[in-house]
Amino acid sequence: MSTGPSSALFDDLRAVLDTDRVRTGATELGLYRKDASNMEGTTSVVCLPRTTDEVAGCVRAAVRHGVPFVARGSGTGLAGGAVPLDGAVVIVTSKMDRVLSVDRVARTAWVEPGVLNLDLSRQVAHLGLHFAPDPSSQQTCSIGGNVANNAGGPHCLAEGVTASHVLAVEVVLPDGTVTVLGGEDPEPPGYDLRGVFVGSEGMFGIATRICVRLVPDPPAIRTLLLDFLDVDDGARTVSDIIAAGMVPAAVEMMDQLCLEAVEGYIHAGLPVDAAVALLVEVVGLPHGVEADVERITRIARERGVRDIRIAADETERALLWKGRKSAFGAIARIKPNYYLHDTVVPRSRLPAVLAQVYEIAARHQLLVLNVFHAGDGNLHPLLVFDKREPGVMERVHAAGEEIVRASVAAGGVLSGEHGIGLEKRDLMGLMFGPVDLAAQAALRDAFDPAGMANPRKVLPSGSACGDLQAVPEGAWI
Amino acid sequence: MDLSSHDHGLPDDGAGADGLGLAELAEEVGVADPVTIAGLATRGGPVPGVRPVMAPVGIVSIRADEMTVRCGAGTPVSELDDALAAVGQSVAIPPTGTVGGALAVGHSGLRRLGYGPIRDTVLQVRYVSAAGEVVTAGGPTVKNVSGFDLCRLLVGSRGTLGFLAEVILRTRPRARYEQWFTSTADPWDLVATLYRPTSVLWDGERTLVLLEGDRRDVDDQARLLGLSPADPPGSLPTGGRWSLPPNELQRLPPTGRFVAEIGVGIVHHEHPPPDRQVDPAVSELHRRIKQRFDPTGRLNPGVSVLDGVG
Ligand SMILES: Cc1cc2nc3c(=O)[nH]c(=O)nc-3n(C[C@H](O)[C@H](O)[C@H](O)COP(=O)(O)OP(=O)(O)OC[C@H]3O[C@@H](n4cnc5c(N)ncnc54)[C@H](O)[C@@H]3O)c2cc1C
Ligand SMILES: Cc1cc2nc3c(=O)[nH]c(=O)nc-3n(C[C@H](O)[C@H](O)[C@H](O)COP(=O)(O)OP(=O)(O)OC[C@H]3O[C@@H](n4cnc5c(N)ncnc54)[C@H](O)[C@@H]3O)c2cc1C
Repeated sequence: MSTGPSSALFDDLRAVLDTDRVRTGATELGLYRKDASNMEGTTSVVCLPRTTDEVAGCVRAAVRHGVPFVARGSGTGLAGGAVPLDGAVVIVTSKMDRVLSVDRVARTAWVEPGVLNLDLSRQVAHLGLHFAPDPSSQQTCSIGGNVANNAGGPHCLAEGVTASHVLAVEVVLPDGTVTVLGGEDPEPPGYDLRGVFVGSEGMFGIATRICVRLVPDPPAIRTLLLDFLDVDDGARTVSDIIAAGMVPAAVEMMDQLCLEAVEGYIHAGLPVDAAVALLVEVVGLPHGVEADVERITRIARERGVRDIRIAADETERALLWKGRKSAFGAIARIKPNYYLHDTVVPRSRLPAVLAQVYEIAARHQLLVLNVFHAGDGNLHPLLVFDKREPGVMERVHAAGEEIVRASVAAGGVLSGEHGIGLEKRDLMGLMFGPVDLAAQAALRDAFDPAGMANPRKVLPSGSACGDLQAVPEGAWI
Repeated sequence: MDLSSHDHGLPDDGAGADGLGLAELAEEVGVADPVTIAGLATRGGPVPGVRPVMAPVGIVSIRADEMTVRCGAGTPVSELDDALAAVGQSVAIPPTGTVGGALAVGHSGLRRLGYGPIRDTVLQVRYVSAAGEVVTAGGPTVKNVSGFDLCRLLVGSRGTLGFLAEVILRTRPRARYEQWFTSTADPWDLVATLYRPTSVLWDGERTLVLLEGDRRDVDDQARLLGLSPADPPGSLPTGGRWSLPPNELQRLPPTGRFVAEIGVGIVHHEHPPPDRQVDPAVSELHRRIKQRFDPTGRLNPGVSVLDGVG
């Protein structure tokens, strides 16, 4: 074990937590050096606090020793957000996993950040309530991570992403102070610091308690699977549905390669010969739902839909959703590795950008599957490959960057839900000019003047005036 | 105005498009002297005695199939409402004043229960900073997590951090049918039983409920709960806008005329709101943000978003 400043830091951390919740073993350090992206950093210590005071104690200890810190939930982030740089102390929230209170009248709950997304919905299900953001990773990702990344999911089309479902956040600020941003009331005084904290990717402090909105389960649900022999027809159906004045609860798209992979995996009777299928869910009161199903069916017919399957019961509905949510498991049948992208384009540009995605992948000799939140134009091209193949990573990264550039050029944005982290940090210039980035840097600086919370993420070096940091190694691997 | 629902060629939401004269506003704001911005002065208006500027007026584009609209922040909300009505859409901004004024004040409308808060409507903002530069925050699409959320910082910032020049907003489809109802039932029973009412207002005796959607559903809900059709609410008390956790509305002090937004927590009251405390760490964050966005305090001088808060 090393001596000097780190051993003094370890001692201070052990004074805050029991010894066995300050981990310095090689196996654990290896585990916490990365998240679900394929980027890696370095750390010398991992902390597992149980309370807000313990988190604050860890932060103060790190800062006192001049060592940065990074918050970590479940490590399912895909942008390298939780990857520790500069030997940051990793502060993991997995032991802060209690739902603290549920108010069924106000339809709110206070939760600790390590509560897993699906666990929250399970724990309030008996009240006829649920937490609306439902990322595909919901079985494993944490609410704290959802807050930090402003996570989305299929049902965020009508309900809005995490930012719309967080009322207040207790945070440990980067200097170790504890405060609450936002409130249970609708218009807390002052700037919307709650709104600013959501999506701050661990760079404005650590969320230690979160007050979330819960939404009532709908009385009626209809789930439709529409399949098309032409990608364009499917994509245009999405735009037509929205233009007709409907916002379904979810509009997801799966392309042929994805349908094939999933069908081979779960046998749900998916149309494997279709070019694309749309999974559309309509919820609400019964007459409105039936009227929407009729209108959607008519729109799809006008676009040449081949087959319309309407889930007859909850079992069939669950099966169709399982098909959508199994995509990541299913692709392992095709190739051992994948790189999941996340960009957004205006809905009307979906046909054109999808065509570009296929062209880019083909040119780089890569397989691409598309399974994504079509209703809000949120593309998720999934490049599948075998990383043992020589030179394949270069092609994966080149293709990925081209997809991101094509999306932004089509009037879209860099990320719809996975965040910027390290992955897209150096592409921020595609969307923002120097003054725009300086304004974001100013906000970060107001929260963290010393730059201790998750340094060198999101903003490219040089964003703030006089800022001359080095580009971290391995930003693309 | 472009009312087409399909775009061709280069998207006009791309950076650099400036049909509205954002550069001119930046020029006018300048870099040195104190400056204030005026909407229609329905709520406060410009700071008296300080050189005023105004945000550009006009709708750049309505994209019905994207459910977005792009307009100058000086556009009157009524003008925007009319233009959106023509494509069967609306925007969740209260109906008076300018778009920029409403966003700068940050108060949501009476339909917040159903439509969500005003802060969730903003997708992209171009604002003029204290340094006289046009800054872009957010992005043009309905979903976006690229970078820190400056849009939410600006909503409710009362022109103290930057002057909103142009915005892209999320629109929503107009309901096929809407009807106000009245009832003498307990408002908390109503809000617990109705599926997603658009508004539930209570004055201590009578409850007004707004339901939207398919007419048959609206009628069914009304029948089930014994609601009778009613006129929309009249004028609201304007002595104070209280913001309370929704459950605390059950314990409102019995003095003074009020209309409470049940399920939301806003009370339009005859009397000013009770005093509130702000945590010192939160005030300190405010101070640091203001200092970084407007170091010389030249934007809307004298205005503080924590005014009237202890
Ligand atoms: C197969 C797969 C599917 C996915 N599908 C989706 C999807 O549909 N939608 C979606 O939005 N995302 C999706 N993701 C990405 C990921 O699951 C989300 O970003 C999730 O919100 C991350 O949560 P986490 O707990 O794993 O966070 P981590 O990966 O541990 O951390 C993510 C970021 O949050 C910060 N952070 C974590 N906890 C806190 C805290 N308490 N306070 C402050 N900062 C904190 C970290 O510093 C880091 O920057 C998917 C990922 C995978 C692997
Ligand atoms: C009869 C009446 C009824 C009302 N009813 C309601 C209601 O039911 N609900 C509700 O929420 N509100 C209500 N209001 C308030 C009103 O809707 C908003 O406050 C209004 O939209 C403000 O717009 P304005 O253009 O008039 O702003 P102004 O009054 O001109 O300005 C308000 C503040 O915003 C700043 N500002 C203005 N434009 C900008 C900009 N472009 N960038 C940055 N800062 C700017 C100004 O400097 C000032 O500080 C009502 C007002 C009236 C007169």
